[in-house]
Amino acid sequence: MAEGRTPLWEVFVRARNGLAHKHVGSVHAADAAMALQAARDVYTRRGEGLSLWVVPSNAIVASDPSDRGMLFEPTGSKIYRHPTFYEVPEDVGHM
Amino acid sequence: MATTSITIDETPRIRSFLALADDALILGHRTSEWTGHAPTLEEELALANIALDLIGQARALYQATGYAEDALAYLRDPPQFRNALIAELPNGDFAFTIARLFLVSAASDLFWRGAMGATDPDLAAIAAKAEKETAYHVRHAAEWLIRLGDGTDESHRRAQEALDTLWPYTGEITASVDREAWLAVVAPILARATLAQPAESWMQAGGREGRHTEYLGHLLAEMQILPRSYPGAAW
Repeated sequence: MAEGRTPLWEVFVRARNGLAHKHVGSVHAADAAMALQAARDVYTRRGEGLSLWVVPSNAIVASDPSDRGMLFEPTGSKIYRHPTFYEVPEDVGHM
Repeated sequence: MATTSITIDETPRIRSFLALADDALILGHRTSEWTGHAPTLEEELALANIALDLIGQARALYQATGYAEDALAYLRDPPQFRNALIAELPNGDFAFTIARLFLVSAASDLFWRGAMGATDPDLAAIAAKAEKETAYHVRHAAEWLIRLGDGTDESHRRAQEALDTLWPYTGEITASVDREAWLAVVAPILARATLAQPAESWMQAGGREGRHTEYLGHLLAEMQILPRSYPGAAW
């Protein structure tokens, strides 16, 4: 089928109550109802989920790979943002 | 054929189970013929899922007869099959496959819903599982039929042709349900699909008595060749 008639949809599955929907892949479908069915047929064949989301792929705003240095590298030197950076006094016990 | 066919003592209970099981097996086999040929990966999996649901229903129904399921599937000749003729018709194009799946599933779903309260415990248990599967088959086929009917000139023409060809075969599948209830499910979908509902007219029959179209023999030849040629083959 022509790409223009069946655009791409991103599929998110929630495995259990209390968990977040997780991205599992994508499907081609003509519209939202058909995308939901395709997602069900392709990604929940082995009891993977209790809930499905489909989102038009073109609705997702993605970061530019060439911005990776600017966006993500500065965080590499901020080890104090990790909880393991701090020593917890013995008296505190388990946090 | 290297093996002889089995003979079955068809009590009314066994006969009614065979009718349901053969409908499921033959339509399941036809649906499985799309494997490797479906228009998209998504539809390939959807049709394979549906075929597996149907063959699973057939297995459960065969097991409830007391006969070996493999013997029932592989060691009967066409006149011993009790399926409705609509199940054995060749797949045709995608519109024909979808239109048939919709018309048959709409009847099956009504039947399974009623059978959930059956006094036969085997039938009631199978119905509880089959109804959920069949409800999805109805939805999947209906959504496609709406899009084919209300799609391009070409898809509309093919969907209407399929519907017109299939309509005389729907008498057998609604014999065990209320046809008015079935029409109440089918008509709104046809309307949304902008397809003309064929007139209620003469209906094909014979499948339940074993009088089949020429197509069933060819289907069974392909389905049965391996166990008939190599009895007891396992892998």
